[in-house]
Amino acid sequence: MTEKPDLLRIENLSVSFPVFKDRIDAVQNLSMRIRPGKVTALVGESGSGKSVIGRTIMGIESPIASITGRVLFNDPALGNEPVDLLQLPRDGRQIRHIRGNRIGMIFQEPMTSFSPLHTIGNQIEEALKIHDASPVKEQIERIDDMLSLVGFKDPAKVRRMYPFELSGGMRQRAMIASALICRPALLIADEPTTALDVTIQAQILKLLRDLQDRFHMAMLLITHDLGIVTNLADEVVVAYRGEIMESGTVDDIFRRPVHPYPKGLMAAVPHFDMPPGERLKPLREIAVDSSELMGRSKKGNIPQGSDVILSVRNVSKSFTTKKASFFGGDKDRTLAVNDVSFDIRRGESLGLVGESGCGKTTLSKILMRGVSADGGAVLFNDHGRDIDVLNARGDDLELLRQKIQMVFQDPISSLSPRMTVRGIISEGLEIHDRGNRRDRLDAVRRLVRTMGLDESALSRYPHSFSGGQRQRIGIARALALGPELMICDEPVSALDVSVQAQILNLMKDLKKDLGLTYLFISHNLAVVNYMADRVAVMYAGRIVEIGPCEIILRDPIHPYTRKLIAAIPVPDLDRPLDFTTLGNKSGFGGWGRQFLQDEHEDALAHADLGNGHLVLARRNVDVRELRS
Amino acid sequence: MTTSLPPDGAPLPHYVSTAPFDPYADEPAREKKKVFKRSSQFELMFWRFKRHRLAVVSAIILLIAYVSIIFVEFLAPYNLHTRNMDNIYAPPQRVRLFDENWKFVGPFVYGNQMNLDMKTLRRVYTPDTNNVQPLRFFCRGDDYAWLGMVDSNVHLMCPAENGNVFLLGTDRLGRDVFSRIIYGARISLTIGLLGITTSFVLGIVIGGLAGYYGGTVDLIVQRIIEVLQSIPSIPLWLALAAIMPADWNPFLVYLGITFILGLLDWTGLARAVRSKLLALREEDYVLAAQLMGAGHWRIIGRHLVPGFMSHLIASATLTIPGMILGETTLSFLGLGLRPPITSWGVLLTEARTVNVLALYPWLLFPVVPVVIVILAFNFLGDGLRDAADPYR
Repeated sequence: MTEKPDLLRIENLSVSFPVFKDRIDAVQNLSMRIRPGKVTALVGESGSGKSVIGRTIMGIESPIASITGRVLFNDPALGNEPVDLLQLPRDGRQIRHIRGNRIGMIFQEPMTSFSPLHTIGNQIEEALKIHDASPVKEQIERIDDMLSLVGFKDPAKVRRMYPFELSGGMRQRAMIASALICRPALLIADEPTTALDVTIQAQILKLLRDLQDRFHMAMLLITHDLGIVTNLADEVVVAYRGEIMESGTVDDIFRRPVHPYPKGLMAAVPHFDMPPGERLKPLREIAVDSSELMGRSKKGNIPQGSDVILSVRNVSKSFTTKKASFFGGDKDRTLAVNDVSFDIRRGESLGLVGESGCGKTTLSKILMRGVSADGGAVLFNDHGRDIDVLNARGDDLELLRQKIQMVFQDPISSLSPRMTVRGIISEGLEIHDRGNRRDRLDAVRRLVRTMGLDESALSRYPHSFSGGQRQRIGIARALALGPELMICDEPVSALDVSVQAQILNLMKDLKKDLGLTYLFISHNLAVVNYMADRVAVMYAGRIVEIGPCEIILRDPIHPYTRKLIAAIPVPDLDRPLDFTTLGNKSGFGGWGRQFLQDEHEDALAHADLGNGHLVLARRNVDVRELRS
Repeated sequence: MTTSLPPDGAPLPHYVSTAPFDPYADEPAREKKKVFKRSSQFELMFWRFKRHRLAVVSAIILLIAYVSIIFVEFLAPYNLHTRNMDNIYAPPQRVRLFDENWKFVGPFVYGNQMNLDMKTLRRVYTPDTNNVQPLRFFCRGDDYAWLGMVDSNVHLMCPAENGNVFLLGTDRLGRDVFSRIIYGARISLTIGLLGITTSFVLGIVIGGLAGYYGGTVDLIVQRIIEVLQSIPSIPLWLALAAIMPADWNPFLVYLGITFILGLLDWTGLARAVRSKLLALREEDYVLAAQLMGAGHWRIIGRHLVPGFMSHLIASATLTIPGMILGETTLSFLGLGLRPPITSWGVLLTEARTVNVLALYPWLLFPVVPVVIVILAFNFLGDGLRDAADPYR
């Protein structure tokens, strides 16, 4: 059988950038290929040069980059001879004919990849207008067809909408529509789902797979998420610092990995089958030495898991948004946090899971007194004495500011760029007047050593650290005041898998050594499973299910929890995502009657299933009914 | 297997790199950037700034200009008010090195022969090639009190004994234009700095209040700024300048003018401060400090101000030229500084009529330093702004 020629062959590609009179080699002598109609995944941590390869193929790499090698594009629609994309004049007629027409590209950030001033239809039409001379009416039909293919129910309406009217997932759908409108032979998807929630991610992955099948289109999938790779790819290329470490079919890479790098990456991903107590193996271990901080822990005299450190009762918060009417008038109220109650016991870690916009960050800010609540009560137990968190003033507030600390999601914006690491970590000590200058410096030194960082880090600025190191600095800052409760708001979601494992292990060790209590917020159930003892699942401002980790993951009751668990892509070929059940349904679709609210405002209440397992369902509903 | 690329169309083999792999190895390129790692934001800014050639040249020019205003008395060949009654409206003299017979004499000027054109009553000066007047350097000339304190008479350059040197000609009282430009620099260059200080203080305080508190404060400040910006600037200057009592001494007038310039110029800065504050307030590190219990002033002083200081310096640099031009304009119109205080604008008032321009064009020379300084400030500001922008 004569095989069709490769669609794209990258031969000995090297890309380097000048930096401060020096050169950084982003891609070194890399060769790979993409078969027509197949999906090739390019996998690697950030900094492995994967996006550079994608941009080089499209000819949109920055002009200061020096590029050598060949990128041969063999598209039957362009004649039988392969074209070397690198030889085409930059931004010339030929490359522009290929761009958007024969090679489409979708980007990571759906929020910024559309122009806010033009309608969706307008922006999709642009590619058609440039590459296709068909009459306007026909073009509009094609746009509508494409929009309905990517899952919009009412394409004619979406065509006239502006990007801000669509959610992130919807925009990514529209982005896919605009990349595919000319039926390209190759689609480059650069981290297409990284910015999306797991449930939306699963839908987009399903969509990409369906469309790829339907159009028999080849795809270069650039990602760091191994779970996505097993679900979509045919061939896999694992890159590290611009060089290929291992490549082969999905079977080769995932069933018979040889190289330590892909092996290490796979070992670093938390998964559901981990026996309790098993540790993740990050690519690079960091030695945590918390012995110097041990003196502070009062672990010995606290009975584990008995008393409650923070109890949250019926907390609600709503935001008012003005309606866009010119004459003012109506105000819209959005309930960001709706009647939330839970307890955190001393020494445990409670996971809080939910998609973006479900109110978990607002809740964490209420607990930190960053946002005021509309109603409810939060009590912090300071060794027998209850402090009313929501109304604390003066000394009580001072105390809370020291006992509760926060670790932020974004390692870049959470550290002041103009302060040295020393200034950042010692800030809390200065605010609360702890010791003199020398004591504070000693404390900072101890913290930096504990985090496994070099002491020379003290005089450096945040920009010179990698994401994982910055997150460690953030943790050190939170630890400086000797807190008892740490609220961690998605502390690892901006990090690579291998670094994520590093930070998770570090946080676990600190918790054990210092007797900390965590409220661990994340959208990733697998991460929460690794970190937490109990999980609370939040949806649309309410906690829909709460209970011990094993129970929630083995035996989820609430349809939303089930969906969340089903939507997580696992890097295991034997456990692909079940695309048929994930479907397109979002919101309350597919929930059983017993979980839905009717006209009565307070029709829902938490049903107790024993072992602290609570599910939000209709009042008077039978337990057996829930399990159906 | 040695290649990850199979022949065209063949099935993909399982390729494994045989190169040594050490996940702990620091990236070689990063290793080389050790210096980069250790440096602060300001050092990084300085490096970026250094790559902007034009800005560096401008910075050097401005530095020379500002250092020289300290030594004005020494640098100028004549005093500010020295009059040469024999040389009224004398044209610029050329400095030569060789005399008529191509004999080297060193820098000198020919003495002027003055004739009165009896038809037009115009003084006509012709260089007298027999009258060679070599220039003297580090010499004794007009007496002066350096910065009003140290009495001296040493000049960088003076004319020959009983001779004259007018590099840029003289005005209607026979005063040396070159010396007067040098003296004028002292006023013209400092007025921009003092003005910018006023507008900086006003801009940071008012813009800071608007940005930090937001809400009603912000609303009121914004409207005030809009009203101020909608008034045409020249009539407003004129009105404010007219308020100043005519019997004020020149120094008070000088301070008054700087204050007026600053008073009208803070609006742009206040806007910049406000928008920058609004943006920075949303950063996580500010929230982190708040949650740690930091007070308002600590947050503003430690976190917000350092964050936008570099931008402010850049935008301030870009507004100094406006101040210098404003002073020049006001003085030219006769409502700014008044003699005996001498700025470039005051010098230009001499060249107000077409008649003067046609007959004695050298009186327009003060325009040259104004143009140079303003261009230099603009280039410098551009360079600073580019360097302060982290997204480039």
